[in-house]
Amino acid sequence: MAAIEDKNSAGRGQQDGFVYLPLIAGWLVPGAGHFVQRKWGRGALLAIAIISMFALGLAMQGRLYTKADDILDMLGLVGDLGSGLLYIVGRAIGLGSDSVQLTTADYGTRFIVVAGLLNVIAAVDAHNLRTGRKA
Amino acid sequence: MLSPSHFSAVVLFAACVSTVFGITMRETPRRMFRYGIYCFVLFVGSAILLSWVMYLIAR
Repeated sequence: MAAIEDKNSAGRGQQDGFVYLPLIAGWLVPGAGHFVQRKWGRGALLAIAIISMFALGLAMQGRLYTKADDILDMLGLVGDLGSGLLYIVGRAIGLGSDSVQLTTADYGTRFIVVAGLLNVIAAVDAHNLRTGRKA
Repeated sequence: MLSPSHFSAVVLFAACVSTVFGITMRETPRRMFRYGIYCFVLFVGSAILLSWVMYLIAR
């Protein structure tokens, strides 16, 4: 009985604080949502996968979407924004601004968009861990 | 500048996406690993299969 009460009080302790912190941290920095919950291994793997994908996209001369003139650009911009600080810092230092007509550059642009979308999935997963929806 | 072949790009893409899918879609490390491998094989396998289909259509 005492053990159950201890477990419940520990669970309440974990629920204290800002519930959306892992979601926001995970969006801004890949893997950070898991790091703030001391899920070091999962966070590191997510960070490596997402940052590698973003970096590979830039290395292939992929483009960072900057404006939303038509629906496809708008969707690309939303995908890029999922990368959080990676996108913001990339834009600030002028990465991915050249429009290169190469097949690999087109792959690179897709890699960058998918990295952003994967980062959103990882951030939502961190939020689910925080709320107890996932173990 | 990095310019991988189409197949290398598929493998890189599949490796990164499978890692994230495995971690986020399953709960225990063993099931995460198995689901990650499953996704990787499906990504790469379907790319190879579709490549052969397109090759045969183009002949």
